Amino acid sequence: MKKITLLCFLLLSINQIVAQEHFPKNTELKTENNNYTAFTNATLYITPTEIVKNGTLLIQNGKIIGVGKSVSIPENTIIIDLEGKYIYPSFIDPYSGFGVAIPKKAKREQSPQYETKRNGFYWNDHIMPQNNAIDKFKYESKKADELRKAGFGAVNSHIMDGISRGTGVLIALNDQGNNADRILNDTSGQFFSFKKSVASRQSYPTSLMGSIALLKQLHYDADWYAKGNSETKDLSLEAFLSNKNLSSFFEAGDKGNDIRADKIGDLFNHNYIIIGGGDEYESIESIKATNAQYIIPINFPKAIDVSNPYATKHLTIEEMRAWNQAPMNPKVLAENDINFALTTYKLEKVSQFNDKILKAIKYGFDKTKALEALTTIPAEMLGQSDKLGTLNTGSYANFLITSGELFTKETLIYENWVQGNKNVINSKDQKDIRGTYTFSTAGKTYDLIISGKPSKLKSEVKIDSIKYPSKIVYKENWLALSFTDKESNEVYRSTSNISKEGKNISGKIVLPNGLKSSFVAISKTPSETKEKESKDKNTKEALEVVPMSYPNVGYGFMELPKPEKILFKNANVWTGEEDGVLAETDVLINNGRIEKIGKDLNSGNAQIIDATGKHLTAGIVDEHSHIAILAGNEAGQHSSAEVTIEDVLDPEDIDLYRNLAGGVTTIQLLHGSANPIGGQSAIIKPRWGSDAEGLLYKDAPKFIKFALGENVKQSNWQSFSRFPQTRMGVEQLYVNYFTRAQEYEQEKKSGKAYRYDEEMEVLAEILNGERFITCHSYVQSEINMLMKVAERFDFRINTFTHILEGYKVADKMKEHGVGGSTFSDWWAYKYEVNDAIPYNAAIMSNAGVTVAINSDDAEMSRRLNQEAAKSVKYGGMTEEEAWKMVTINPAKLLHLDGDIGSIKEGKSADVVLWSDHPLSIYAKAEKTLIEGAVYFDIEKDKLKREAIKQERNKLVQMMLLAKEGGEKTRTLVKKDKIKMTCETIN
Amino acid sequence: MKSIKNILTIFTLSICVLVNAQQTPAPIQKEIVTIHGATAHIGNGSIIENSIITFENGKLVAVADAKTSKIALRGNIIDATGKHVYPGFIAPNTTLGLVEIDAVRQTRDQDEIGDMIPNVRSLIAYNAESKVTESLRPNGVLLAQITPRGGTISGTSSIVQLDAWNWEDAAVKVDDGIMLHWPSTYKRGRWWLGEPRGYHPNEKYTDKVNEIKDFIANSNAYGKSTPAKTNEAFKAMQGLFSGEQKIYVYANGEKEIIDAVSILKEKGIEHIVIVGGYDAYKVSDFLKSNKISVLIQRVHTMPNNDDEDYDLTYKLANLLVNDGVLVALQSSGQMEGMNTRNLPFYAGQLVGQGMDKEMALQLITNNPAKILGLDNQYGTLEVGKSATLFISEGDALDMRTNILTRAFIDGRDISLESHQTELWIRYSDKYSEEE
Repeated sequence: MKKITLLCFLLLSINQIVAQEHFPKNTELKTENNNYTAFTNATLYITPTEIVKNGTLLIQNGKIIGVGKSVSIPENTIIIDLEGKYIYPSFIDPYSGFGVAIPKKAKREQSPQYETKRNGFYWNDHIMPQNNAIDKFKYESKKADELRKAGFGAVNSHIMDGISRGTGVLIALNDQGNNADRILNDTSGQFFSFKKSVASRQSYPTSLMGSIALLKQLHYDADWYAKGNSETKDLSLEAFLSNKNLSSFFEAGDKGNDIRADKIGDLFNHNYIIIGGGDEYESIESIKATNAQYIIPINFPKAIDVSNPYATKHLTIEEMRAWNQAPMNPKVLAENDINFALTTYKLEKVSQFNDKILKAIKYGFDKTKALEALTTIPAEMLGQSDKLGTLNTGSYANFLITSGELFTKETLIYENWVQGNKNVINSKDQKDIRGTYTFSTAGKTYDLIISGKPSKLKSEVKIDSIKYPSKIVYKENWLALSFTDKESNEVYRSTSNISKEGKNISGKIVLPNGLKSSFVAISKTPSETKEKESKDKNTKEALEVVPMSYPNVGYGFMELPKPEKILFKNANVWTGEEDGVLAETDVLINNGRIEKIGKDLNSGNAQIIDATGKHLTAGIVDEHSHIAILAGNEAGQHSSAEVTIEDVLDPEDIDLYRNLAGGVTTIQLLHGSANPIGGQSAIIKPRWGSDAEGLLYKDAPKFIKFALGENVKQSNWQSFSRFPQTRMGVEQLYVNYFTRAQEYEQEKKSGKAYRYDEEMEVLAEILNGERFITCHSYVQSEINMLMKVAERFDFRINTFTHILEGYKVADKMKEHGVGGSTFSDWWAYKYEVNDAIPYNAAIMSNAGVTVAINSDDAEMSRRLNQEAAKSVKYGGMTEEEAWKMVTINPAKLLHLDGDIGSIKEGKSADVVLWSDHPLSIYAKAEKTLIEGAVYFDIEKDKLKREAIKQERNKLVQMMLLAKEGGEKTRTLVKKDKIKMTCETIN
Repeated sequence: MKSIKNILTIFTLSICVLVNAQQTPAPIQKEIVTIHGATAHIGNGSIIENSIITFENGKLVAVADAKTSKIALRGNIIDATGKHVYPGFIAPNTTLGLVEIDAVRQTRDQDEIGDMIPNVRSLIAYNAESKVTESLRPNGVLLAQITPRGGTISGTSSIVQLDAWNWEDAAVKVDDGIMLHWPSTYKRGRWWLGEPRGYHPNEKYTDKVNEIKDFIANSNAYGKSTPAKTNEAFKAMQGLFSGEQKIYVYANGEKEIIDAVSILKEKGIEHIVIVGGYDAYKVSDFLKSNKISVLIQRVHTMPNNDDEDYDLTYKLANLLVNDGVLVALQSSGQMEGMNTRNLPFYAGQLVGQGMDKEMALQLITNNPAKILGLDNQYGTLEVGKSATLFISEGDALDMRTNILTRAFIDGRDISLESHQTELWIRYSDKYSEEE
């Protein structure tokens, strides 16, 4: 230990608050302290990359006056020698709810609340740009203390509630001053999220896609309002507009939502600063492509308690990998040059912050980047680079004094100065006395071990292995140690003033008889504890990061499939065209297309697959499904034409893979049936391993879901307040909306100012034949009704889905030109399916209607071939016609039959190789190709199963070791995956 | 409010009206029937390619190979050359006839209030005239075990045949078993009530197991004396101790299965059947050594865990059969009444997973008969057993060829029509007339 010269005159804090100049003083005489404080001989991190050794930092009145090697020190300066110590700018937490309470939860009401309950504000309660955190701000000393201990000097706070949350407030964690000093910016930004306010129970939006649509409409409405088109006052829009130029913070919460938030921003030329979720490493390419700035939480998942072997069956590789991989998130972000700040947000306790940072560093996070993420970057995000985040002249005197380099386990933060006020975290002037000693008293020789944190030491007094209860207090260089002699049950007390010199401790000891004698503890080892070493060893061993896959869940690909050149030899080829089924025929796949069909084709350099005795078909097209989506229904309004399923795709859903295993290659993901006018659908190909965007069927026609019957009149659950409650009302609702859409179009075309309404835009697309309707339908009356409504507005319904009474109006359907996408044999689940019969498909088909069999069910979708086969039984359909109901017919209904749905030269190579007759219950899909790329292979599936078994075992072992090594674990909880159907409202 | 009441009344009335369109149950067999030329699937693993099957007074009197045995064709002779004859399929564990329309509360009678109510009996609520019931027959499902649901001990089941005027006529085996829902070590967080989402360890597992133990112990003690006061619930449990009744235990996890079997055996219950049995294949040695059979969960369901084989649910039965456990298929789950007609295709799915066809057939014929204790009468085409069988155009486990031409229950020549086939004919006629 170097000799430390201390010129510390003042142990108590030096009050450097800038006095409020214009305030008169009457209780005492008004004085000012304009002295300087200089910190000399320290290693200064002026910025993360500008480091000065043996430098000086000069502060006065809460600000930095000078910094560097050659700072001239005025005479009225208090000098603090920091030889061997480091000074860093204090950290900034850019995302916090510090000092701002979340509003109370609104009470549940009997029937859903559809309309706003506010006056003079936006039509949706969850939009609250008029809220200002400053109005609710109350400084919280206790929380400030926790944050300072973790190294923070400033936090950016806001009301963490609602979709549009209003403005934030930037606060210095200055306990000595008052709000006049602390509030650095009272409009520090505008805040947004996808989550509804707890303060209102207004239904809309009930889904993520609804939140997205609402945010978009908010922007459109604001634009319209700004142009003076509104005849009424809207205080929300006014606030939103006046805060438009502030930094915008968007709490997204995970990698998928990061991209969703960014997309909204792109639409309105708005660069949101996105609050991520810590899983960005899993789709770093897409994250990088957003070009956005991020604020990243570091609440890395805890290890899971896997000690009960019966319970581990509930775990997934996905969850276990998250524990293992997530700490590399900051590293991966940094390596991809993404500009990001870190936050304490989402941590259970702020005190975990340092451990988490250390963990990230251990996973390879660069220390300079870490420092930037805590200082210069958040300062810049907040537009405060000249005042926060560096030690540059003119900045607030917000800095840390540390024992060494930050982000190493040994380094202690001694002091955290905020606006020139000292806050001691660990006394820097106190000698580190941790170590092993030996001392003798009253004829016995004891061992003394001092360990623990410098701010909270632990003592152990023992003779050989017998421990004596002891207590230790070490403060301001005075050590008080007491222990109890177990045999005699007598207490010994010692006090020692720790000298700067030497390693031994000497003082006085009070014996049980009251006599005092001298106390000398002789140092045995340097102050390194064994415990620490062993812990370090443990953590080093644990650092093995398992590889990621696409997607990063079980059955993910290590390498994404690519289009191949493949020749299927000697297959029974189900063309789905006039050629019917061709026996012993070859099919050549090249460049993602079906290149050639024929006998004895030349393979060239193609990979040959012997398909003798097997069957090759076009991939199955599921016209109606709800897999791989995060939300199925936007139930908050009776029309939700403005929402789109494309916004809520979940490319990691295992059902995509399972659908591939069932030979499915194109899927229409429909909105649910909660409302007569539902949302826009997404047509995808289950390209397992791609991101959400990559799932989408390129340039697919536009569709929207409508719904009729029991669900839209809300008759199967308690809701009596929304129009319509009867089938009569359903008709009127359509008439109303389509009439309004017509009028909207006219207004738009007239050149006059109009309010852009996403919902009307979508409905107008229907009227213009640019968007097709797939309508959930059951009974004949309503089916007939909707066709008549459409005819009245001069368009056609494209598809009736479910259409279980389609057989009763098949002639009318044929005449209207609508197709039917039905279940093979479902019925008896609700009143309106009383007359549903499995012969429906056959009757409609016989009447000339284009009929498809769909799933509306994640389980059934993986065996639609069997469902098609049921029409051979029920109604005597030919096998070829039955097969068309899951391939070319749904392709026709989706207007994609030019590209998919049959085996024809030039079409997309979306094909399936079956082990047996494809309509047989005994058939299995052996290979499923999308555009020539093999997405499912039954042989590779076997390898994946084996790999999963091994990886699961490995990760379980790692978690067991982590638990043994002292890592905290969480209880194993099994995911509750909701199987979505039309009826699912979540 | 009044209008809602009116709507409900009209609603209930309309259901009554619709239910009237029932097929008339077939009269008792008067004439001898002989089916010849068909491939007979005996239901015990064997087949006779060119068979002669004769039945009289509801019983099979001849099941023979035409090539090897010379039997006179007697009575009403049905030439089934090129066709297939199967024993009637048996659907265990279904709420058929207890639930007519899933979403309509007025039509649901499967779940009575109360946690341990073995005295509640399914049979008397069984609607022999259910439209769902008649829709099963054209697929070959001719017998079913009607089970109550809910609570811990849901009640007592009975076995019925599916062509009857009323529940008394329908009954094949009255009060055959008691349904016990074993608690789960993991419990679903009811997020819609504000509980955290996900399945969490069930803190009350042991408490619940102890409640079951107590109830069974009390029932047993009750039966050993002539009590002064009757306890209907305890009384209803007595068949379990005498061995006359079976206990059907819904359990899926390894721990749950082992706990259930061990505890029930210890409490003196002899006949135990596991229902569901998702993880049963992991403890198949245990099940085998304890002679426990399994009514495996519906084949057409999803794997529980994302990491599991995509086809795990398709082959759970195969895994158990390979390990020598007695297994039968069942259909409980979503829309189970109507889905029970897909029982043959569940068996077909197992064949796709590598099971022998005749073995798969046993899982819906002989095996359920054995498990339900019907094998002296039903489940196979053997002389002396009931003539409960059907003729199919082709392979009855594949939907393309499961096309029934005739079906018999106890020798009665039953209707294969239904409300559904009637609508089919009616509307097919409508369009053909229009042409």
